[in-house]
Amino acid sequence: MFGKLSWAAVPLDQPIPLIAGAVVLVAILAVVVWVIVAGHLPYLWREWITSVDHKRIGVMYVLLASVMLLRGFSDAIMMRAQQAVAFHSQGFLPPEHYNQIFSAHGTIMIFFVAMPFVIGLMNLVVPLQLGVRDVAFPTLNSVGFWLTATGALLVNVSLVVGEFARTGWLPYPPLSELTYSPGVGVDYYLWSLEISGVGTLVAGINLVTTVLKIRTKGMSYLRMPMFCWTTLASNLLIIAAFPILTATLAMLILDRYLGFHFFTNEAGGNVMMFMNLIWAWGHPEVYILILPAFGIFSEVVSTFSGKPLFGYRSMVLATMAICIISFMVWLHHFFTMGAGPNVNAIFGIASMIIAVPTGVKIYNWLFTMYGGRIRFTTPMMWSIGFMVTFIIGGLTGVLVAVPPADFLLHNSLFLVAHFHNVIIGGVLFGAFAGYTYWFPKAFGFRLHEGLGKAAFWCWLIGFYVAFMPLYAAGFLGMTRRMQHYDVPEWRPWLIVAGVGAVIITIGIIFQVAQLVISIRDREKLRDLTGDPWDGRSLEWATASPPPVFNFAVLPNITGEDAYWAMKAKAKARGQAEPKEPDYEPIELPRNSPTGFVCAFFATVMGFALIWHIWWMVIAGFIGAFATFVAFAWRDHDEYEIPADEVARIDRINLAERRNLVTAAGSV
Amino acid sequence: MTTVTLTHGGERDHPGFEAAEHEGPAPKRIVTAYGFWIFLLSDMVMFSCFFATFAVLSKQTAGGPSGAELFDLKDVAVETVCLLLSSFTCGMASIAADVRNRFWFQIAMAVTCLLGLAFLFIEVREFASLVAHDAGPTRSAFLSAFFTLVGCHGLHVSAGILWLLTMMAQVVAKGFRADIQRRIVCFALFWHALDIIWVAVFSVVYLLGSAA
Repeated sequence: MFGKLSWAAVPLDQPIPLIAGAVVLVAILAVVVWVIVAGHLPYLWREWITSVDHKRIGVMYVLLASVMLLRGFSDAIMMRAQQAVAFHSQGFLPPEHYNQIFSAHGTIMIFFVAMPFVIGLMNLVVPLQLGVRDVAFPTLNSVGFWLTATGALLVNVSLVVGEFARTGWLPYPPLSELTYSPGVGVDYYLWSLEISGVGTLVAGINLVTTVLKIRTKGMSYLRMPMFCWTTLASNLLIIAAFPILTATLAMLILDRYLGFHFFTNEAGGNVMMFMNLIWAWGHPEVYILILPAFGIFSEVVSTFSGKPLFGYRSMVLATMAICIISFMVWLHHFFTMGAGPNVNAIFGIASMIIAVPTGVKIYNWLFTMYGGRIRFTTPMMWSIGFMVTFIIGGLTGVLVAVPPADFLLHNSLFLVAHFHNVIIGGVLFGAFAGYTYWFPKAFGFRLHEGLGKAAFWCWLIGFYVAFMPLYAAGFLGMTRRMQHYDVPEWRPWLIVAGVGAVIITIGIIFQVAQLVISIRDREKLRDLTGDPWDGRSLEWATASPPPVFNFAVLPNITGEDAYWAMKAKAKARGQAEPKEPDYEPIELPRNSPTGFVCAFFATVMGFALIWHIWWMVIAGFIGAFATFVAFAWRDHDEYEIPADEVARIDRINLAERRNLVTAAGSV
Repeated sequence: MTTVTLTHGGERDHPGFEAAEHEGPAPKRIVTAYGFWIFLLSDMVMFSCFFATFAVLSKQTAGGPSGAELFDLKDVAVETVCLLLSSFTCGMASIAADVRNRFWFQIAMAVTCLLGLAFLFIEVREFASLVAHDAGPTRSAFLSAFFTLVGCHGLHVSAGILWLLTMMAQVVAKGFRADIQRRIVCFALFWHALDIIWVAVFSVVYLLGSAA
């Protein structure tokens, strides 16, 4: 009846996951009870859960990423603590539990923190920057988000029902094959990523179509803000790379469920084919994450230097070059496979070449700052912190791109230090910069500056204290993923790294406090103009938060930095009252529970597949198909906002903005 | 907003470079079909993974039967004819939808459906006979790759038939509304794409496989 599922699946003998699970469960229940008792449920359902508004979906993506960041970070704290104490001892985490923690940490941080964070920001900002009303496929957008949330949910369910994979964040066979991982851990991994992978693909298709086909009048490609370009590049990579992940994991699923022989040791299976396939997705994946961050830094640096982005066209070129070259370097993840000196040399050189466009970008940001009137706001601090940190990460990357050096450093803590250096220093700092920068756009009030800066310094210092020692430990020969060790030389470095993790924890506490205090003081931090940073691109040309239709009249633009040019014109023209535009009624897509219902059935199906509950799989499939047909049967998927209402909403913002243009020295 | 009326002359305009001004958001028909094209591209990428896998594993028979011993090219030829013809009838359905002729649309879709089912029937029969002759997917890596690649295409055809029936029902219930027309375009793209993939399957798996 319930397949492999029984009460034995709940790890009653392991206090740590059980307590953690119980705490999370109590927290979720408390929130749900509060929502219901306070009567917020209809509002949440109407305005958020069923919303197809790209801004709301973007906010929900970022919220999901933030919650999962806390989960992934608690894994990190446990690992650092374990390695700090597990010298000549077993530490406090048994090996099978420790293995699950490092696997979950990597999986969560990449798929359910970094990915939703950047996709959320792209969703929130890109249609606004393009000057349009929505993304290409609003309902599909909601489906994509909820499928991502399904994946995150399944990973977290594994904490209390069953177990998670012990194979690392990429389940290398033969370890991940049924023979060596008979439990449900790898299945949790596989199904949650298959489901959330579909969600990501949907988001990718949506955003590429949006950038290529839905831009306001006059917004030719070379007038798009840099963030739109990096969004385009990153989502092109999603479209080209995520199907590879889907196919590869599907093959591993077939091996595990139906006894196929893709990656097995017997009957002609080929283990190294898995490494090739998974990294053919995996290397573009790191650029999927970092390119949007590059876009964010471009916006932030240009805005807070008060200058147009230096070398805009070279930046576009560099972005697209990275987009292409990122598909030609995957083999550097396993130089030790033994493909021979020629193959290794080619991939080593390709890996070094990709550093060139990245270098171009760094210089462009520096030259943008040069001669500018720099405002050291929190987003700018993250950007400068990124530039310094990312250069170090990039240099160690070029070092491990040299095959002979890689043979020594492969699988060591040096590598762990390298990729945390670029992911934390690049992606996460970028995400935090974007979060602080666009928060006022999403909610109409700024985040507290002081606490933001405190968080920044803790993260920056904490990062260096936590990861520089790992470079050293790697040089001393310490391999990654060790549950305990006996080498005294490694110990001091690991203790220092533990201290670094504590400093980062303080940074996270500051961030939570910043959010809470900013919400409390929102009236003090309120921005009525819609343009709190004296911005340059079109997202600042509308109210904060923007009305559901974004722009009352689609702007017609004539150059780069469109909003900056508009402000310059308004200023030059002085007080003369502009003619009010002709408002027209606006058609918008109706909210729809399709995404949520799809995700519900995907969750049921995923869970049933993990536990081999076949009748439930069939029920889930039928439910999903029924949802599809029901959605296709709707007659009215759009509604209209009358012109009067559009005019009323827009006039409020116009009045505020007029004050801004006349009062502030905005140009 | 004030800004809307301020439309001329960005300070960093590049006259001459932008030959034609960008016209603004594309119409829905274009956007939908374009997005679906991109989806099809991603689907092709997925198939190319299975093709690559098949290429790597095609000689790994683990002492079991090879393609040359297993494949019956006559059956495959019939399958191919069915699928190519169904692409033709699918094209007829598109034309019927364009001129809003319900009768011919339903006829053409029904024929497409029957041809698709015939294709699936032959494929399932082939799979069943392979399994019966101890040449199932668990026999060797070669057969794993074969069943996955060909089966994945077969699953796409099955999904296509479900979609096809849904579209027939939708046209009955709602007629050729703009949104239904867009879906018909997407369905046709999907169906033709499956044909293209089948041509590759036919060449790479069956023709090259039988030659070996």
